[in-house]
Amino acid sequence: MASKQRASSEALIRIRNLNKIYRMGGETLNALDNVSLTVNEGDFVAIVGPSGSGKSTLMNVIGCLDTPSSGEYWLDGEEISRLRENKLAEIRNRKIGFIFQGFNLLTKLTAIENVELPLVYRGVPAKQRRQQAVEALGKVGLADRVHHRPVELSGGQQQRVAIARALAGNPPILLADEPTGALDTKTGVEVMGFIRELNSLGHTIVLITHDPGISRQARRIVRIQDGRLNEEGAEPE
Amino acid sequence: MSVIQAFKMAIKSILSNKLRSLLTMLGIIIGVTAVISLVALGQGATKSVTEQVRSLGTNLLTVNILGRGSANTMDAGEAAELGEEVEGIQYVAPANTQNATVKFGSSSESVSIVGTNADYAHVREYEVASGRFVAQIDLDVYQKVAVLGYTTATDLFGFADPVGEYVLIQGTRYKVVGVLAEKGSSMTGSNDEVVIIPETSFERLFKTKGVRTIYVQVETTEQMDAVVAGLEKSLSNRFRGNTSSYRVFNQSDALSALTSVSDTLTLALAGIAGISLLVGGIGIMNIMLVSVTERTREIGIRKAIGAKKRDILIQFLIEAIVLSGLGGLLGIGIGVGAAQGASSAFNMDIAFSANVILIAFAFSVGIGVAFGMFPANKAAKLKPIYALRFE
Repeated sequence: MASKQRASSEALIRIRNLNKIYRMGGETLNALDNVSLTVNEGDFVAIVGPSGSGKSTLMNVIGCLDTPSSGEYWLDGEEISRLRENKLAEIRNRKIGFIFQGFNLLTKLTAIENVELPLVYRGVPAKQRRQQAVEALGKVGLADRVHHRPVELSGGQQQRVAIARALAGNPPILLADEPTGALDTKTGVEVMGFIRELNSLGHTIVLITHDPGISRQARRIVRIQDGRLNEEGAEPE
Repeated sequence: MSVIQAFKMAIKSILSNKLRSLLTMLGIIIGVTAVISLVALGQGATKSVTEQVRSLGTNLLTVNILGRGSANTMDAGEAAELGEEVEGIQYVAPANTQNATVKFGSSSESVSIVGTNADYAHVREYEVASGRFVAQIDLDVYQKVAVLGYTTATDLFGFADPVGEYVLIQGTRYKVVGVLAEKGSSMTGSNDEVVIIPETSFERLFKTKGVRTIYVQVETTEQMDAVVAGLEKSLSNRFRGNTSSYRVFNQSDALSALTSVSDTLTLALAGIAGISLLVGGIGIMNIMLVSVTERTREIGIRKAIGAKKRDILIQFLIEAIVLSGLGGLLGIGIGVGAAQGASSAFNMDIAFSANVILIAFAFSVGIGVAFGMFPANKAAKLKPIYALRFE
């Protein structure tokens, strides 16, 4: 009991009664309707929902790319739902590693330069930056592809570079948005295996997908429909 | 993010799109080239005009006697007396000039013969290379002596020393007593193709009376105006109030008139070139705006992984500055080359000034800042979620 209490007070993500309302013309759209969610350290949460369910909005809010209309959002002990843009940029930089569907690598930069980028904006000195980036690329098994540009890499390799970029800054949370969406089934399975492995190494992972096959690999599944959250299949223990 | 890092990023981005970067810079390159080369030509013209006027002598006034009725000259003695009448005059040299043939042995040259006094050398800043100049005693006793200009001496005598030899001027024998040092040419023609003889001998030789030109050197520049007034007063007395029978010509007036003409010319050229710089700046803004739209997704990615507004602003601003600065440097190189090419091809004088080069460079960088600010700000203000969604 006591341990559970402590775990929730030290939760990495704590969302309370979050709303996001879009006004389009005369209509209001509740993209997020009174959402509450807690993610603990070491969790592997999948947020599932069809398109238009509000899962992208939720991921934008969790990823500090967007701010909620109302409600609380505690991330790693900090209330961030009312922060300004610059402060949010800093939080994104330190706390969140993004893994996007379309990889979102900068095509003009080499693998290592892409991986270094979050550290550049953090102001890490060049030497240390390089070392950390090489380390992260090593973790995803691309130590021999350091100076390749994204176009010279396969889809799976590109996604691994993106994962390395997310890992480089050692953020507490990895936020993966349809990480297999742009990959064929086989590479998708590989990448998912890799993400699971990262979770077993202690990384907290929030996965957003519409694919039930993918979400089943998570340890915890949260369903979103019309902006409302429904938890199912709690951690089997 | 450090500024050095931003510079690296900017250079990488510029190099990854070489042709477009070059075309973007072209406006600035042409603008700076135009500024540098046109101003160099303009200043070169100013410089050569100034030097030519200076070579006539400093603090120099020229009195031209136009005369009244048949009395269209002034007695040389009277002219020399002006020096005593007017305060502030250092030298007075009444002079007559006539073209004539000078012969030595079988060689003959057509040169200007100047009949004058000893002050002429001071007034016109001639140096005597060997022998002596015309002296007052030569005038008093109608001596038939001649001082040769540098070119005339070499034309007639080659490398031999002319001093002590006799030349024939209009068939009359004159003893060469001196040779002048080389002086170069001015607007009024060569200063070295002359033969100078005493004024009194000149009158006798060419059967003239009096002088039509008086060169006056003033002691200091400040006294110029007072001396002009003094000269006009005593000349007026001499010609009984007929102000049109003489003219006092102030060399520094001519100099400032000529300088102001060429200054205006330089300014106009710089203005035209400046406009092309401005157009170049608009070109940079245009391409930067296109670039911001094109790279919306890149901006989104950068923002998502932690770039602040300031980081994006600096990135795009520095890119614009590097583009314009690089264009400026290329323009300076091409401009200097073009000016030198023009000067050797068309035999024009050029003058480069470090100031103009620095200003042109600073201006081009300034244009980068001014015209880069708007696109950079546009990029910095993009919302990450819209930028990420952008295809």
